[in-house]
Amino acid sequence: MRVELDEPKCVASGQCVIAAPDVFDQREDDGVAFLLTEEPLDVQLDGVREAVAVCPAAAIRLLAS
Amino acid sequence: MSPTPRRILVVGASAAGLAAAETLRREGYEHEITLIGAEPYLPYDRPPLSKQILAGEWEADRLALRSDEHLADLCLDLRLGTTATGLDIGARVVTLADGSVLEYDALVIATGVSPRRLPGEGAHVLRTRGDAIALRERIGAGTRLVIVGAGFLGAEAAAVARGLGAEVILLEPAPVPLAHAVGEQVGQVLAQAHVDNGVDLRTGVSVTAVARGGAQLEGGELIAADEVLVAVGAVPNTEWLVGSGLTLDNGVVCDEYCVAAPGVYAAGDVARWHNPLFDTSMRIEHRTNAAEQGMAVARNLLNADSPKPFAPVPYFWSDQYDMKVQAYGYLRGHEQIAVVEGDLAERRFLAAYRTGDRVAGVLGVGVSPKVIRPWRQAIAARAPWSGI
Repeated sequence: MRVELDEPKCVASGQCVIAAPDVFDQREDDGVAFLLTEEPLDVQLDGVREAVAVCPAAAIRLLAS
Repeated sequence: MSPTPRRILVVGASAAGLAAAETLRREGYEHEITLIGAEPYLPYDRPPLSKQILAGEWEADRLALRSDEHLADLCLDLRLGTTATGLDIGARVVTLADGSVLEYDALVIATGVSPRRLPGEGAHVLRTRGDAIALRERIGAGTRLVIVGAGFLGAEAAAVARGLGAEVILLEPAPVPLAHAVGEQVGQVLAQAHVDNGVDLRTGVSVTAVARGGAQLEGGELIAADEVLVAVGAVPNTEWLVGSGLTLDNGVVCDEYCVAAPGVYAAGDVARWHNPLFDTSMRIEHRTNAAEQGMAVARNLLNADSPKPFAPVPYFWSDQYDMKVQAYGYLRGHEQIAVVEGDLAERRFLAAYRTGDRVAGVLGVGVSPKVIRPWRQAIAARAPWSGI
């Protein structure tokens, strides 16, 4: 599975970092999210799905790679 | 064990309703889900309406909350462009405006809110994509725009309209905009940003009526305008529930599990529930809460014998000019504010809010996520004020 982040949509809420801290982080200056990995491990997928669901900008997608 | 519901009805196809339907599928629910939406569009996002859409930076198709393929994968009985008109909680039946009568085993109410209006014709409101596009088409360089209400929505619209070169007159009944929500000091700081950006901010003025040519103040004065936007709050969409037996009190009243009646749940802007983290009843019109509560409701619905209290730390953000305002917690009713980072005057700060003897919330402008995140944890952990 592959994660996609639509950066211009990100509103820097940090909800993804709370849901999946080993997959997402936020830039220091403006808080915009970035990916720590584009291909999360199976054990990380639940957290990524949670991040997709809670992201208030609908900026994250999980795709079959 | 409660039997698994065979037919789930979700009324409201915006962020909360979609989150509920999606989470039901994610948790393995395989039976029928009907999702009813009042607007004729697939679920779309609202925060960008007063930001990128109004600014003309995005086309409306970027508002889609999920791709068409993803929605198709959810296998929903999607009914758009129709509203629910009645509920019978005894017979477990919902009636729609198109005349259909739908039975359910479990019901999720996520009908949101509608903008409050003022007497008179010709003024804009800003809630739907249609509202945002209609307003965007009317404002440009030199447009004289009166905005009634300097809450977050009015303030965001003011900032965008200034960016488009409009002349903006912002009318607010309170002496300090947003004081009830974020406190007087912080409200002053945000208000000053508007003044510095050329907004004609007039506080302590009440608007009694609107017209195509302007807004009428208490006392009779008419503030002339090319366009008028009314942004004076919103009311929960509960009219269809009057007489249903549900308790309605500025929202659908729920317990801490978001249960309104047996088999009936509410989520999002329309829900008033007891948040055990703050031990208070609240109704929250924030985008993040809509998704979180929709998810919580789906999980409780499927685990009716072992539900979990919905005890979130509320979060909201607002973009105005170059300021990003972010807040965690429940700021309403706070008793004290302390600036714990930065400087109010520089519009770069983090303020902590005390209610009772605990940290109830924080609000930051232009602070790094690493600074604000531990505060969220402190609020979730009911950290004492003396510890800051």
